Amino acid sequence: MATGIPPTHWVNPNPPAPSQKPPATTVGGIGWLRAHLFSTAANSVLTLATLWVLYWIGERLARWLAGAFWEPIWANRKLFATGIYPSEQLGQPAVVLLLVCALFGLSAGRWGSIMRTVGIGLAALLLLLALIPLGGMAQAVMAAGLALLLGGYWLGARGWVASRWLVAGWVLSGPLTFVLLLGGVELPLLGASPAVDSSLWGGLMLTMLLAVVGIALSFPVGVLLALGRRSKLPVIRYFSIGYIELIRGVPLITLLFMGMTMLPLFLPGGWGNPSQLVRAMTAITFFSAAYLAENVRGGLQAIPKGQYEAADALGLSGLDSLRFIILPQALVKVIPAIVGQFIGLFKDTSLVSLVGLLELVAVAKAVIQQPEWLGVAGGVAKEVYVFVGLIFFLFSYGMSFASRRLESKLGFGKR
Amino acid sequence: MAGHAENTDIIVATQVNKWYGDFHALKNVSLAVKRREVVVIIGPSGSGKSTFIRTINRLEEHQSGEIVVDGIPLTHDVRNIEAIRMETGMVFQQFNLFPHLTVLQNITLAPMHVRKIKKAEAEARAMQLLERVGIPEQAPKFPGQLSGGQQQRVAIARALAMQPKIMLFDEPTSALDPEMIREVLEVMEELAESGMTMVVVTHEMGFARGVADRIVFMDSGEIVEIGTPEHFFTDPQHDRTKLFLQQILK
Repeated sequence: MATGIPPTHWVNPNPPAPSQKPPATTVGGIGWLRAHLFSTAANSVLTLATLWVLYWIGERLARWLAGAFWEPIWANRKLFATGIYPSEQLGQPAVVLLLVCALFGLSAGRWGSIMRTVGIGLAALLLLLALIPLGGMAQAVMAAGLALLLGGYWLGARGWVASRWLVAGWVLSGPLTFVLLLGGVELPLLGASPAVDSSLWGGLMLTMLLAVVGIALSFPVGVLLALGRRSKLPVIRYFSIGYIELIRGVPLITLLFMGMTMLPLFLPGGWGNPSQLVRAMTAITFFSAAYLAENVRGGLQAIPKGQYEAADALGLSGLDSLRFIILPQALVKVIPAIVGQFIGLFKDTSLVSLVGLLELVAVAKAVIQQPEWLGVAGGVAKEVYVFVGLIFFLFSYGMSFASRRLESKLGFGKR
Repeated sequence: MAGHAENTDIIVATQVNKWYGDFHALKNVSLAVKRREVVVIIGPSGSGKSTFIRTINRLEEHQSGEIVVDGIPLTHDVRNIEAIRMETGMVFQQFNLFPHLTVLQNITLAPMHVRKIKKAEAEARAMQLLERVGIPEQAPKFPGQLSGGQQQRVAIARALAMQPKIMLFDEPTSALDPEMIREVLEVMEELAESGMTMVVVTHEMGFARGVADRIVFMDSGEIVEIGTPEHFFTDPQHDRTKLFLQQILK
């Protein structure tokens, strides 16, 4: 007993011992530094080397920033936002923005969770833009957007709008956006406006449009292809496999060029000559759908057979079993992969600059070559690309952040 | 359907055969189960007892022979299969609850979408069933937050929510920790007393002895012996049965 180890048969005479808190994990700032950064000689060397590299990069960056010339970006803010969309008709994209703000506000209030996260990000962005003296009506539009977002949230949180109407609103917002941007018809509030050819759309507006349309269309197509690839019917299965493998074997830029030259070959006679924008959207959607299908298939394969059997045994039809049991679980498992795919799609929209569409990167190239900046020593490419890169990063990181929130939200109460 | 009187057969399997590749998993299995009867199927692992019970609601397809459930012949016709599945509830060894739905949603899903029952009514009935299996307080939780025994009781409630005429149990306690087996068996005993027709594949000899009307012993894909519990445990006829009983009752 002296060693404290009980003999072979022993009964603990005491009442259950009370639970205790685990030992503290933090032992103060200095303690943490010592434990994690300077625990051994090698670790200390590594820490110091890393610090030196960080300092070196930071110092160079600071020196460049101090002398950076941001005028080209400020002067071309309208170009970066909407491309060469006619200035006197900017009310049309403004209405689209306000519509989206209202929908996000209502959704954040009604559904909460991830929509609230996205809504907060959007609100911060609108607030920032409303405070910067952008000129024209821009500030007022941003402020109105913020007001609609907050007002929508207030109404949504009080259950003023049914989920079903909200979904309908989102679905309708797609075609409505195109009607508003194209103009050329009698629009409520805005009155009659001359038609704006889609080749005039550009900047962040075009980037967003390409990304959102690509995501919204490729998602259902990708899910259908993933299901098709697992179908028992050979025609459907081989079509899906063929499609996926063919598209995945071709670079997006090739598809974009093919869309520009070959799309009319595949369209029925009366469809005429689709615009560059529609061709680019088609190529992006087809491309993304193939990758998405493989991601979703991975999720489908991770669903245990017992889930199908339980659904079958309950008498659920194949479609109901997919809708309520299989797809919800499969999609949640592959959220990181799907969001990764969407981030990739968002950045890949920059490739359309190579087929003559004026999205962000194309605007950047145009700005760099403007004659006003010819006299600037070293050119303005650095500033312009850093700015465009920051915009891409901001939205990509936003998607990544939202996806992590969604994942933890949908953990099904797992510990 | 005609003949709802007591003592008529509700499941009739005749000369059922099934192969996995070259492996002959079910060999001329014939069995009739009466209404309100509790039939327990026992046998060594790999004897085909799970395969047989799973052919009854077409989770496994049999290649020859005939299965008729409550007058509905089990054919390739999807309508027949769905009709039979509505009459039979099934409880699995691994519970197979839907992890992304709450306990309540697990139970109400099929009644709402297959039987087209209103949500409020389906939820009220689900709560009654949760009372019956003794865990109404777990309704808002997710399956992952429940113990194995609680999950299996939810699975039983989920199957009962479709108001089946027959309950199939495929080794319902085999995946449970020993201290949870009792709570599941008690629910099954109560169900048997209420007059439910039950076909149970299990290794729980106490349950077989106490609750079964008849015991079916299977080995190597065929039925070796069928008898009442007294007969079966005290006076087994076949050598294979005797050997099996010796091994498990040691």
